Amino acid sequence: MASTPVAAPERENYLNNEYGISSWLFTTDHKRIALLYLVTITFFFFIGGFFALLIRLELLTPEGDLVLADTYNKLFTMHGQVMIFFFLIPAVPAVLGNFLIPIMIGAKDLAFPRINLLSWYLLVIGGCFMTYTILSGGVDTGWTFYTPLSTHFLDTHVIAAALAIFIAGFSSILTGLNFIVTIHRMRAPGMTWSRLPLFVWANYATAIIQVLGTPVLAISLMLVALERVFHLGIFDPRLGGDPLLFQHLFWFYSHPAVYIMILPGMGVISEIVTCFSHKRIFGYQFMALALIAIAVLGFLVWAHHMFVAGISLYAALVFSLLSYFVAVPSAIKVFNWTATMFKGSITYSTPMLYAFGFIGLFTMGGMTGLFVAALGIDVHVTDTYFVVAHFHYIMVGGMVMAYMGGLHFWWPKLSGRMYPENWGRLAALIIFIGFNLTFFPQFVLGWLGMPRRYWQYSPEFQVLNVLSTAGATILAVGYLLPMVYFLWSMRYGKPASDNPWGAAGLEWMISSPPTTFNFDQTPTVTWEAYNYDELQEAPVER
Amino acid sequence: MSAHIATKKLYITVWASLIFLTALTAAASYLELGPFNIVLALVIATCKMLLVALFFMGIKYISDKMTIVVIVAGLFWLFILLALSMTDYASRGWV
Amino acid sequence: MSDSTPAVVEHNPDLRHHFATMEQQTETAVMGMWVFLITEIMFFGGMFAGYVIYRHLYYSAWLEGSQRMDFWWGTINTVVLLCSSLTMALAVRATQLGHRKSTVTLLIITILFGLAFLGIKGIEYWGHIVTEHQLPGPGFRFAGPNTSQVEIFFSFYFAMTGFHALHMIIGVGLVSFIAYYAWKGRYGAHYYTPVENTGLYWHFVDIVWIYLYPLFYLISHIHRK
Repeated sequence: MASTPVAAPERENYLNNEYGISSWLFTTDHKRIALLYLVTITFFFFIGGFFALLIRLELLTPEGDLVLADTYNKLFTMHGQVMIFFFLIPAVPAVLGNFLIPIMIGAKDLAFPRINLLSWYLLVIGGCFMTYTILSGGVDTGWTFYTPLSTHFLDTHVIAAALAIFIAGFSSILTGLNFIVTIHRMRAPGMTWSRLPLFVWANYATAIIQVLGTPVLAISLMLVALERVFHLGIFDPRLGGDPLLFQHLFWFYSHPAVYIMILPGMGVISEIVTCFSHKRIFGYQFMALALIAIAVLGFLVWAHHMFVAGISLYAALVFSLLSYFVAVPSAIKVFNWTATMFKGSITYSTPMLYAFGFIGLFTMGGMTGLFVAALGIDVHVTDTYFVVAHFHYIMVGGMVMAYMGGLHFWWPKLSGRMYPENWGRLAALIIFIGFNLTFFPQFVLGWLGMPRRYWQYSPEFQVLNVLSTAGATILAVGYLLPMVYFLWSMRYGKPASDNPWGAAGLEWMISSPPTTFNFDQTPTVTWEAYNYDELQEAPVER
Repeated sequence: MSAHIATKKLYITVWASLIFLTALTAAASYLELGPFNIVLALVIATCKMLLVALFFMGIKYISDKMTIVVIVAGLFWLFILLALSMTDYASRGWV
Repeated sequence: MSDSTPAVVEHNPDLRHHFATMEQQTETAVMGMWVFLITEIMFFGGMFAGYVIYRHLYYSAWLEGSQRMDFWWGTINTVVLLCSSLTMALAVRATQLGHRKSTVTLLIITILFGLAFLGIKGIEYWGHIVTEHQLPGPGFRFAGPNTSQVEIFFSFYFAMTGFHALHMIIGVGLVSFIAYYAWKGRYGAHYYTPVENTGLYWHFVDIVWIYLYPLFYLISHIHRK
């Protein structure tokens, strides 16, 4: 890597048009807000990762010898809460979505720029409550806050954690609201729904879930807090309350929440795969409809998290059947990405490597979802490491890879600089290897019966656990590398042209980085999305 | 909302209907109808809701179809929450 | 429609830079408000779901609890809110017509109705909590069968009417803001979206009460108070 600072040509853009901390903290520019989010969620990613590290260290040995059992409960609880609510849910929408959606639809900003800033502040305030919770001793309910444990049997900082997530939830709701209204109302002339990039469709589908689902999480957390403070008894079995009511309300949101996490990633993959196959997406209409179908069907399956909790068998059968349906649109997407690559002109750039990783690992994670959706199998594997591996394959193997791919793909646009391509590819490879070494053994462990959320385990599970921990350290290295070289690139990276990848899309027709209002003139769109057959073969910069 | 401006007369008529329906539901609550007390009360409540929504909130005059879709979607989603949760509770006693 | 001329274009001073026309801005703001209201539907919806489930499980306790509601205060409160919705709708209309004084007057009357509602709610709560010891928790007292289940009924009563009252308080605050700016001449036929959106919020909170009233006060044909 060269170490001579390379000066980028000094054009006025959104980064250099104003200086000073208040130009950032009081900005209403969606691009700056996206960067504010980037810093915030990266911070929380490393905090969540730190908890993961401690968990994996404890699990190196069968005995509980690193931390106390109660401490272990706090570790997995806060790992989950931080990663889900302060990293995964905001990641693609709030960073990439915020930055790109107005540009992709030909608008100057989102519909409600000040509410966009408020969304960020809410995430930060929620994050402060979360940090307070962590520093003052933590919470050990599990990220799922199940009652009556959380309402009656713990004296840890349950309310602080619930409040943190409640506030972060409103950040998510407002982002979703902003995206829905923006995509409906702010599209440039000629940008019809059927010309929208799938990234926009994906964030739209996500926004629907955020708006309709998150309020139910909000009320379920509120009820837990009220029950703790006022002893209401809604979830207290001693009064005739039903703890399962909490689970119904909680999972009504938290299942769709996993689609909030994955759908934007799917949008990213569509953009990357088309660009680096230099080809139109296969089956655009089905891809767009599949996104909406996942969003809608995702609301009908929540009780598959409750199969062994005590719901009626008949309800369980209904939810199991519905859970199979939601796999169909996901599978359509995987087939269509593959078909897009067929006879395409493939470039093995860093974003494309992440996309390959996503497609393979998301498929594995998704298929194991079908395993657990089957009632009979779920009785055997629920609350074991099989489930842990299933959702980490989707969330880390899928979602985080998509996020990393997107960051690399759009980094030239965000920063005006190229990241070092070889380091990018190396990091992607390290992440892929580290990820599989960490989580594949967990499928086996779960199948063999190792329970989740236990701080000690039976000695015969140790070898697989050691492999998993080894993988986690490799994964950590893989995640640290981009931190380093992205920062390096901001000063020493090669200045990026407007369209270094030869990609289709409005964002590649404006400067890197963009000017404050994105477009000198509102564009009039006359072309279809992914019009690669019209674009010449573009030089892909290294 | 486009610039449709309702008349005072319309608003007052709607208000009067709402008051009448309130009196009706209050009076009806003294009838001994068993489980149908609440059914009747909710039907009347829905009529009141429609009056407020269509006229005071102006849904009747919204030209933009998407806003109507938004509203219907919200109500439908509430229905999903209630209906699917009830599949559990209603069938718990079944053998 | 591209921005064809760079020359100075006469535009509404309230038009924000990222919108092309005032109409786009207004329709966007109203749509945004409706999307927010459906999040509120889902927020209250969680509690409605709990209510429906427990009513299914504990029907007789629900009857018992409903009989102990303040039927007359509840009915009066319903009327109060409906009146406030009328004055709110008339206030929005007055703004659309540019009648500043009527707007402010009607908004203030709306606020007064809102405060009356909250006052009556306060009286009811005082009765339930202090006089009748019906606040769930260690101090809950109920003479009759199904005490625990009636306690759950009261949990829903306080949670749902409590959140409703919280929304009323926020509403009163919002209407006060709007009334102040209306008095300052901020709104008129050219720009009344904040008034309209506040109206939408106010009517929504009214609709929630339209359902809370029968669900809590009118279940049983026996009204003991």
